[in-house]
Amino acid sequence: MTALIALFWRDLRRAWGSGALWLPIVFFLLVATAFPFAVGPDAPLLSRTGGGMVWVAALLAALLPIDRLVRPDKETGVLDQLAVRGFADEVVAAVKIAAHAFGFGLPLLVALLPAAALLAQDAARVEMLATGLAIAIPALASLAVLSAALTANLKGGSAIGGLLVLPLAVPLLIFGAGMLDPSGRGAVKLLGAASLLLTVIGPFAAGAALRGLRE
Amino acid sequence: MSEADLLLRLDCVACVRGDRLVFEGVSLALARGGALWLRGPNGAGKSSLIRLAAGLLRAAAGTVERRERIALIDEGAALDPELPLRRALDFWARIDTIDGPRVTEAMGAMGLAPLAEVPVAMLSTGQRKRAAMARVIASGAPIWLLDEPANGMDEAAKARLVAAIAKHRGNGGAVLLASHFALDIAELAELDIGALA
Repeated sequence: MTALIALFWRDLRRAWGSGALWLPIVFFLLVATAFPFAVGPDAPLLSRTGGGMVWVAALLAALLPIDRLVRPDKETGVLDQLAVRGFADEVVAAVKIAAHAFGFGLPLLVALLPAAALLAQDAARVEMLATGLAIAIPALASLAVLSAALTANLKGGSAIGGLLVLPLAVPLLIFGAGMLDPSGRGAVKLLGAASLLLTVIGPFAAGAALRGLRE
Repeated sequence: MSEADLLLRLDCVACVRGDRLVFEGVSLALARGGALWLRGPNGAGKSSLIRLAAGLLRAAAGTVERRERIALIDEGAALDPELPLRRALDFWARIDTIDGPRVTEAMGAMGLAPLAEVPVAMLSTGQRKRAAMARVIASGAPIWLLDEPANGMDEAAKARLVAAIAKHRGNGGAVLLASHFALDIAELAELDIGALA
Protein backbone atom coordinates (compact mmCIF):
# COMPACT_ATOMS: atom_id res chain seq x y z
CA MET A 1 0.00 0.00 0.00
CA THR A 2 2.88 2.35 0.84
CA ALA A 3 4.29 1.70 -2.60
CA LEU A 4 0.98 2.50 -4.30
CA ILE A 5 0.66 5.75 -2.35
CA ALA A 6 4.22 6.66 -3.35
CA LEU A 7 3.35 5.97 -6.98
CA PHE A 8 0.16 8.06 -6.73
CA TRP A 9 1.96 11.07 -5.22
CA ARG A 10 4.72 10.80 -7.80
CA ASP A 11 2.22 10.92 -10.68
CA LEU A 12 0.34 13.80 -9.07
CA ARG A 13 3.57 15.73 -8.44
CA ARG A 14 4.68 15.19 -12.03
CA ALA A 15 1.27 16.29 -13.34
CA TRP A 16 1.14 19.49 -11.36
CA GLY A 17 4.86 20.11 -11.61
CA SER A 18 4.75 20.06 -15.38
CA GLY A 19 2.13 22.79 -15.61
CA ALA A 20 -0.93 20.58 -15.81
CA LEU A 21 -2.36 22.37 -12.78
CA TRP A 22 -2.88 25.53 -14.80
CA LEU A 23 -3.62 23.92 -18.14
CA PRO A 24 -7.32 23.08 -17.57
CA ILE A 25 -7.91 26.43 -15.90
CA VAL A 26 -6.39 28.38 -18.76
CA PHE A 27 -8.10 26.11 -21.27
CA PHE A 28 -11.50 26.54 -19.65
CA LEU A 29 -11.17 30.27 -19.44
CA LEU A 30 -10.04 30.44 -23.06
CA VAL A 31 -13.07 28.44 -24.17
CA ALA A 32 -15.41 30.41 -21.95
CA THR A 33 -13.99 33.68 -23.22
CA ALA A 34 -13.95 32.73 -26.89
CA PHE A 35 -17.34 31.02 -27.05
CA PRO A 36 -19.49 34.15 -26.42
CA PHE A 37 -17.66 35.90 -29.26
CA ALA A 38 -18.58 33.04 -31.58
CA VAL A 39 -22.22 32.84 -30.47
CA GLY A 40 -22.86 36.56 -30.27
CA PRO A 41 -24.45 38.76 -27.60
CA ASP A 42 -27.53 36.60 -27.14
CA ALA A 43 -27.60 35.84 -23.38
CA PRO A 44 -30.43 33.25 -23.47
CA LEU A 45 -28.72 31.36 -26.31
CA LEU A 46 -25.39 31.54 -24.49
CA SER A 47 -26.98 30.25 -21.32
CA ARG A 48 -28.66 27.39 -23.19
CA THR A 49 -25.56 26.27 -25.12
CA GLY A 50 -22.82 27.18 -22.62
CA GLY A 51 -23.37 24.10 -20.46
CA GLY A 52 -22.72 21.79 -23.39
CA MET A 53 -19.62 23.78 -24.23
CA VAL A 54 -18.33 23.23 -20.68
CA TRP A 55 -18.72 19.48 -21.14
CA VAL A 56 -16.82 19.49 -24.43
CA ALA A 57 -14.10 21.59 -22.83
CA ALA A 58 -13.93 19.17 -19.87
CA LEU A 59 -13.38 16.22 -22.20
CA LEU A 60 -10.65 18.05 -24.11
CA ALA A 61 -9.04 19.21 -20.86
CA ALA A 62 -8.83 15.60 -19.70
CA LEU A 63 -7.12 14.63 -22.95
CA LEU A 64 -4.71 17.58 -23.06
CA PRO A 65 -1.91 15.93 -21.07
CA ILE A 66 -2.09 12.39 -22.48
CA ASP A 67 1.42 12.73 -23.93
CA ARG A 68 2.71 13.01 -20.38
CA LEU A 69 0.68 10.25 -18.72
CA VAL A 70 2.40 7.09 -19.97
CA ARG A 71 5.04 7.80 -22.60
CA PRO A 72 7.72 9.31 -20.30
CA ASP A 73 7.40 6.33 -17.94
CA LYS A 74 7.72 3.97 -20.87
CA GLU A 75 10.77 5.76 -22.27
CA THR A 76 12.63 6.05 -18.96
CA GLY A 77 11.93 2.45 -18.00
CA VAL A 78 9.72 3.22 -14.98
CA LEU A 79 6.97 0.89 -16.25
CA ASP A 80 9.48 -1.96 -16.66
CA GLN A 81 10.81 -1.39 -13.15
CA LEU A 82 7.29 -1.53 -11.72
CA ALA A 83 6.56 -4.73 -13.65
CA VAL A 84 9.79 -6.32 -12.40
CA ARG A 85 8.67 -5.52 -8.85
CA GLY A 86 5.46 -7.44 -9.43
CA PHE A 87 3.03 -4.55 -9.86
CA ALA A 88 0.17 -5.70 -12.06
CA ASP A 89 -0.29 -3.47 -15.09
CA GLU A 90 -3.92 -3.00 -14.10
CA VAL A 91 -2.87 -1.67 -10.70
CA VAL A 92 -0.37 0.74 -12.28
CA ALA A 93 -3.11 1.90 -14.66
CA ALA A 94 -5.58 2.36 -11.77
CA VAL A 95 -3.06 4.48 -9.85
CA LYS A 96 -2.40 6.57 -12.95
CA ILE A 97 -6.14 7.07 -13.45
CA ALA A 98 -6.59 8.15 -9.82
CA ALA A 99 -3.66 10.56 -10.03
CA HIS A 100 -4.91 12.02 -13.33
CA ALA A 101 -8.44 12.38 -11.91
CA PHE A 102 -7.07 14.47 -9.05
CA GLY A 103 -4.47 16.16 -11.25
CA PHE A 104 -6.88 17.61 -13.78
CA GLY A 105 -10.19 17.14 -11.96
CA LEU A 106 -9.64 19.48 -9.04
CA PRO A 107 -8.36 22.38 -11.18
CA LEU A 108 -11.24 21.72 -13.56
CA LEU A 109 -13.84 22.16 -10.84
CA VAL A 110 -12.14 25.36 -9.70
CA ALA A 111 -12.05 26.66 -13.28
CA LEU A 112 -15.73 25.86 -13.67
CA LEU A 113 -16.78 28.87 -11.60
CA PRO A 114 -15.28 31.65 -13.75
CA ALA A 115 -16.03 29.69 -16.93
CA ALA A 116 -19.68 29.31 -15.98
CA ALA A 117 -19.91 33.01 -15.21
CA LEU A 118 -18.54 33.89 -18.62
CA LEU A 119 -21.02 31.49 -20.24
CA ALA A 120 -24.02 33.04 -18.45
CA GLN A 121 -24.81 29.94 -16.40
CA ASP A 122 -27.05 30.59 -13.39
CA ALA A 123 -26.42 29.12 -9.94
CA ALA A 124 -28.66 26.10 -10.47
CA ARG A 125 -26.88 25.20 -13.72
CA VAL A 126 -23.46 25.70 -12.15
CA GLU A 127 -24.45 23.30 -9.39
CA MET A 128 -25.64 20.78 -11.99
CA LEU A 129 -22.42 21.18 -13.97
CA ALA A 130 -20.25 20.75 -10.88
CA THR A 131 -22.18 17.63 -9.84
CA GLY A 132 -22.03 16.16 -13.31
CA LEU A 133 -18.34 16.87 -13.76
CA ALA A 134 -17.53 15.43 -10.33
CA ILE A 135 -19.33 12.24 -11.37
CA ALA A 136 -17.64 12.11 -14.78
CA ILE A 137 -14.08 13.06 -13.83
CA PRO A 138 -12.98 9.47 -12.94
CA ALA A 139 -14.35 8.24 -16.29
CA LEU A 140 -12.66 11.06 -18.20
CA ALA A 141 -9.37 10.25 -16.43
CA SER A 142 -9.87 6.60 -17.27
CA LEU A 143 -10.33 7.37 -20.95
CA ALA A 144 -7.29 9.65 -20.95
CA VAL A 145 -4.99 7.03 -19.42
CA LEU A 146 -6.34 4.36 -21.78
CA SER A 147 -5.69 6.65 -24.71
CA ALA A 148 -2.21 7.47 -23.41
CA ALA A 149 -1.36 3.79 -23.02
CA LEU A 150 -2.65 2.90 -26.47
CA THR A 151 -0.65 5.64 -28.16
CA ALA A 152 2.54 5.67 -26.06
CA ASN A 153 4.49 4.04 -28.90
CA LEU A 154 3.23 6.46 -31.55
CA LYS A 155 4.66 9.83 -32.42
CA GLY A 156 1.94 12.48 -32.32
CA GLY A 157 -0.17 9.96 -30.48
CA SER A 158 -2.18 12.49 -28.53
CA ALA A 159 -4.16 13.53 -31.62
CA ILE A 160 -4.93 9.92 -32.51
CA GLY A 161 -5.65 9.20 -28.85
CA GLY A 162 -8.36 11.82 -28.77
CA LEU A 163 -10.04 10.26 -31.78
CA LEU A 164 -9.76 6.77 -30.25
CA VAL A 165 -11.62 7.59 -27.07
CA LEU A 166 -14.11 10.06 -28.48
CA PRO A 167 -16.82 7.42 -29.14
CA LEU A 168 -16.46 6.16 -25.56
CA ALA A 169 -16.84 9.68 -24.21
CA VAL A 170 -20.04 10.42 -26.12
CA PRO A 171 -22.37 8.94 -23.42
CA LEU A 172 -20.73 11.17 -20.83
CA LEU A 173 -21.31 14.22 -23.00
CA ILE A 174 -24.91 13.28 -23.77
CA PHE A 175 -25.93 12.49 -20.19
CA GLY A 176 -23.81 15.27 -18.69
CA ALA A 177 -25.35 17.93 -20.91
CA GLY A 178 -28.71 16.17 -20.52
CA MET A 179 -28.63 16.92 -16.78
CA LEU A 180 -28.97 20.61 -17.64
CA ASP A 181 -32.20 20.03 -19.51
CA PRO A 182 -35.29 20.41 -17.25
CA SER A 183 -36.78 17.31 -18.92
CA GLY A 184 -33.61 15.23 -18.38
CA ARG A 185 -34.30 14.08 -14.84
CA GLY A 186 -32.88 10.60 -15.30
CA ALA A 187 -29.69 11.86 -16.92
CA VAL A 188 -27.74 12.02 -13.65
CA LYS A 189 -28.33 8.30 -13.03
CA LEU A 190 -27.34 7.43 -16.58
CA LEU A 191 -24.26 9.64 -16.26
CA GLY A 192 -23.36 7.84 -13.05
CA ALA A 193 -23.82 4.45 -14.70
CA ALA A 194 -21.74 5.41 -17.75
CA SER A 195 -19.03 6.90 -15.54
CA LEU A 196 -18.94 3.84 -13.29
CA LEU A 197 -18.70 1.51 -16.26
CA LEU A 198 -15.82 3.44 -17.85
CA THR A 199 -14.03 3.85 -14.52
CA VAL A 200 -14.21 0.12 -13.83
CA ILE A 201 -13.24 -0.97 -17.35
CA GLY A 202 -10.48 1.64 -17.68
CA PRO A 203 -7.77 0.06 -15.50
CA PHE A 204 -8.19 -3.33 -17.20
CA ALA A 205 -8.13 -1.91 -20.72
CA ALA A 206 -5.26 0.46 -19.96
CA GLY A 207 -3.42 -2.35 -18.13
CA ALA A 208 -3.66 -4.54 -21.21
CA ALA A 209 -2.33 -1.65 -23.31
CA LEU A 210 0.59 -1.15 -20.89
CA ARG A 211 1.40 -4.85 -21.16
CA GLY A 212 1.37 -4.55 -24.93
CA LEU A 213 4.03 -1.82 -24.75
CA ARG A 214 6.57 -4.37 -23.48
CA GLU A 215 6.20 -6.78 -26.39
CA MET B 1 25.16 -26.26 -7.77
CA SER B 2 22.63 -27.43 -5.20
CA GLU B 3 18.92 -27.04 -5.83
CA ALA B 4 18.53 -25.05 -2.61
CA ASP B 5 21.00 -22.40 -3.81
CA LEU B 6 19.31 -21.92 -7.16
CA LEU B 7 17.94 -18.41 -7.75
CA LEU B 8 17.19 -18.29 -11.47
CA ARG B 9 16.75 -20.96 -14.10
CA LEU B 10 15.92 -20.70 -17.77
CA ASP B 11 15.18 -23.99 -19.45
CA CYS B 12 15.26 -24.31 -23.25
CA VAL B 13 13.77 -20.85 -23.74
CA ALA B 14 13.08 -19.33 -27.13
CA CYS B 15 12.44 -15.69 -27.92
CA VAL B 16 10.49 -14.32 -30.87
CA ARG B 17 10.33 -10.56 -31.54
CA GLY B 18 7.83 -9.67 -34.23
CA ASP B 19 8.23 -12.42 -36.80
CA ARG B 20 11.92 -13.01 -36.03
CA LEU B 21 13.20 -15.91 -33.97
CA VAL B 22 15.91 -14.22 -31.89
CA PHE B 23 17.18 -17.37 -30.17
CA GLU B 24 15.97 -20.78 -29.09
CA GLY B 25 17.08 -23.60 -26.84
CA VAL B 26 18.85 -21.35 -24.34
CA SER B 27 19.25 -22.80 -20.86
CA LEU B 28 21.05 -21.32 -17.89
CA ALA B 29 21.00 -21.48 -14.13
CA LEU B 30 22.21 -19.02 -11.54
CA ALA B 31 22.85 -19.98 -7.93
CA ARG B 32 23.76 -17.90 -4.89
CA GLY B 33 27.16 -16.33 -5.40
CA GLY B 34 27.08 -17.01 -9.12
CA ALA B 35 27.62 -14.69 -12.06
CA LEU B 36 27.10 -15.26 -15.75
CA TRP B 37 28.26 -13.04 -18.59
CA LEU B 38 26.01 -13.05 -21.65
CA ARG B 39 28.05 -12.03 -24.61
CA GLY B 40 27.50 -11.79 -28.31
CA PRO B 41 27.28 -9.29 -31.14
CA ASN B 42 24.63 -6.60 -31.44
CA GLY B 43 21.23 -8.12 -32.12
CA ALA B 44 22.16 -11.56 -30.80
CA GLY B 45 19.45 -11.30 -28.16
CA LYS B 46 21.35 -10.39 -24.97
CA SER B 47 18.86 -7.72 -23.94
CA SER B 48 15.93 -9.92 -24.95
CA LEU B 49 17.28 -12.71 -22.75
CA ILE B 50 17.65 -10.30 -19.83
CA ARG B 51 14.07 -9.05 -20.32
CA LEU B 52 12.87 -12.60 -20.61
CA ALA B 53 14.62 -13.51 -17.34
CA ALA B 54 13.04 -10.43 -15.73
CA GLY B 55 9.57 -11.49 -16.85
CA LEU B 56 9.17 -8.49 -19.14
CA LEU B 57 8.97 -10.71 -22.22
CA ARG B 58 7.14 -13.98 -22.57
CA ALA B 59 9.18 -16.97 -23.68
CA ALA B 60 7.94 -18.42 -26.97
CA ALA B 61 9.05 -21.80 -25.64
CA GLY B 62 10.66 -23.14 -22.49
CA THR B 63 10.33 -22.08 -18.87
CA VAL B 64 11.70 -19.32 -16.67
CA GLU B 65 11.89 -19.87 -12.93
CA ARG B 66 12.69 -17.02 -10.53
CA ARG B 67 12.97 -17.86 -6.86
CA GLU B 68 13.80 -14.44 -5.49
CA ARG B 69 13.24 -10.75 -6.14
CA ILE B 70 14.90 -9.19 -9.15
CA ALA B 71 16.66 -5.90 -9.74
CA LEU B 72 17.13 -4.75 -13.32
CA ILE B 73 19.28 -2.30 -15.21
CA ASP B 74 18.42 -1.77 -18.82
CA GLU B 75 18.31 1.09 -21.30
CA GLY B 76 16.39 3.56 -19.13
CA ALA B 77 17.59 4.65 -15.70
CA ALA B 78 13.96 4.87 -14.49
CA LEU B 79 14.76 8.03 -12.54
CA ASP B 80 12.60 11.14 -12.82
CA PRO B 81 14.74 13.62 -14.75
CA GLU B 82 13.44 16.74 -12.99
CA LEU B 83 14.27 15.47 -9.49
CA PRO B 84 17.56 15.73 -7.63
CA LEU B 85 19.29 12.35 -7.74
CA ARG B 86 18.73 11.58 -4.07
CA ARG B 87 14.99 12.23 -4.28
CA ALA B 88 14.73 10.19 -7.49
CA LEU B 89 16.38 7.24 -5.74
CA ASP B 90 14.23 7.77 -2.64
CA PHE B 91 11.14 7.18 -4.77
CA TRP B 92 12.33 3.65 -5.56
CA ALA B 93 13.29 3.17 -1.92
CA ARG B 94 9.65 3.88 -1.00
CA ILE B 95 8.45 1.50 -3.70
CA ASP B 96 10.84 -1.19 -2.42
CA THR B 97 9.96 -0.25 1.18
CA ILE B 98 13.60 0.11 2.16
CA ASP B 99 15.05 2.71 4.48
CA GLY B 100 17.07 5.84 3.70
CA PRO B 101 20.46 4.66 5.03
CA ARG B 102 20.48 1.88 2.43
CA VAL B 103 20.12 4.46 -0.33
CA THR B 104 22.92 6.52 1.19
CA GLU B 105 25.11 3.41 1.32
CA ALA B 106 24.30 2.50 -2.30
CA MET B 107 25.06 6.03 -3.46
CA GLY B 108 28.36 5.88 -1.61
CA ALA B 109 29.23 2.55 -3.22
CA MET B 110 28.82 4.11 -6.67
CA GLY B 111 30.53 7.39 -5.74
CA LEU B 112 27.35 9.43 -6.12
CA ALA B 113 27.27 11.27 -2.78
CA PRO B 114 28.53 14.57 -4.28
CA LEU B 115 25.78 14.41 -6.92
CA ALA B 116 22.88 13.93 -4.49
CA GLU B 117 21.35 17.35 -5.16
CA VAL B 118 22.02 17.42 -8.91
CA PRO B 119 18.88 16.90 -11.06
CA VAL B 120 18.94 13.59 -12.92
CA ALA B 121 18.52 15.46 -16.21
CA MET B 122 21.89 17.13 -15.63
CA LEU B 123 23.79 13.86 -15.14
CA SER B 124 26.02 12.41 -17.83
CA THR B 125 25.37 8.99 -19.37
CA GLY B 126 27.94 7.33 -17.12
CA GLN B 127 26.60 9.06 -14.03
CA ARG B 128 23.08 7.90 -14.87
CA LYS B 129 24.32 4.34 -15.22
CA ARG B 130 25.94 4.67 -11.80
CA ALA B 131 22.66 6.04 -10.44
CA ALA B 132 20.76 3.09 -11.92
CA MET B 133 23.32 0.79 -10.34
CA ALA B 134 22.77 2.51 -6.98
CA ARG B 135 19.04 1.81 -7.39
CA VAL B 136 19.84 -1.86 -7.95
CA ILE B 137 22.18 -2.04 -4.95
CA ALA B 138 19.70 -0.29 -2.66
CA SER B 139 16.83 -2.57 -3.70
CA GLY B 140 18.35 -5.50 -1.82
CA ALA B 141 17.09 -7.91 -4.50
CA PRO B 142 19.14 -11.13 -4.60
CA ILE B 143 19.04 -11.47 -8.40
CA TRP B 144 20.65 -8.71 -10.43
CA LEU B 145 19.94 -8.54 -14.15
CA LEU B 146 22.33 -6.02 -15.64
CA ASP B 147 22.01 -5.09 -19.30
CA GLU B 148 25.10 -3.16 -20.41
CA PRO B 149 25.61 -1.67 -16.94
CA ALA B 150 29.05 -0.24 -17.76
CA ASN B 151 28.06 1.69 -20.88
CA GLY B 152 29.37 5.23 -20.60
CA MET B 153 31.25 4.52 -17.38
CA ASP B 154 34.87 5.57 -16.91
CA GLU B 155 37.47 3.18 -15.48
CA ALA B 156 36.92 4.31 -11.89
CA ALA B 157 33.17 3.76 -12.18
CA LYS B 158 33.74 0.33 -13.75
CA ALA B 159 35.92 -0.58 -10.77
CA ARG B 160 33.10 0.46 -8.43
CA LEU B 161 30.65 -1.64 -10.46
CA VAL B 162 32.94 -4.68 -10.28
CA ALA B 163 33.38 -4.18 -6.52
CA ALA B 164 29.61 -3.90 -6.02
CA ILE B 165 29.06 -7.12 -7.98
CA ALA B 166 31.72 -8.91 -5.92
CA LYS B 167 30.14 -7.73 -2.67
CA HIS B 168 26.67 -8.78 -3.84
CA ARG B 169 27.92 -12.25 -4.73
CA GLY B 170 29.70 -12.47 -1.42
CA ASN B 171 26.38 -11.76 0.29
CA GLY B 172 24.71 -14.62 -1.55
CA GLY B 173 23.34 -12.76 -4.54
CA ALA B 174 23.60 -13.70 -8.21
CA VAL B 175 24.29 -11.63 -11.29
CA LEU B 176 23.28 -12.09 -14.93
CA LEU B 177 25.28 -9.61 -16.93
CA ALA B 178 24.85 -8.72 -20.60
CA SER B 179 27.73 -6.78 -22.03
CA HIS B 180 29.50 -6.50 -25.34
CA PHE B 181 32.82 -5.98 -23.57
CA ALA B 182 34.52 -7.88 -20.76
CA LEU B 183 34.57 -6.66 -17.19
CA ASP B 184 37.24 -7.72 -14.71
CA ILE B 185 34.97 -9.99 -12.66
CA ALA B 186 36.36 -13.05 -10.89
CA GLU B 187 34.93 -16.54 -11.50
CA LEU B 188 32.60 -15.37 -14.22
CA ALA B 189 30.81 -17.99 -16.28
CA GLU B 190 30.18 -17.11 -19.93
CA LEU B 191 27.41 -17.77 -22.39
CA ASP B 192 27.94 -16.69 -25.98
CA ILE B 193 24.37 -16.10 -27.10
CA GLY B 194 25.56 -15.15 -30.57
CA ALA B 195 26.75 -18.73 -31.11
CA LEU B 196 23.27 -20.05 -30.28
CA ALA B 197 21.21 -17.74 -32.47
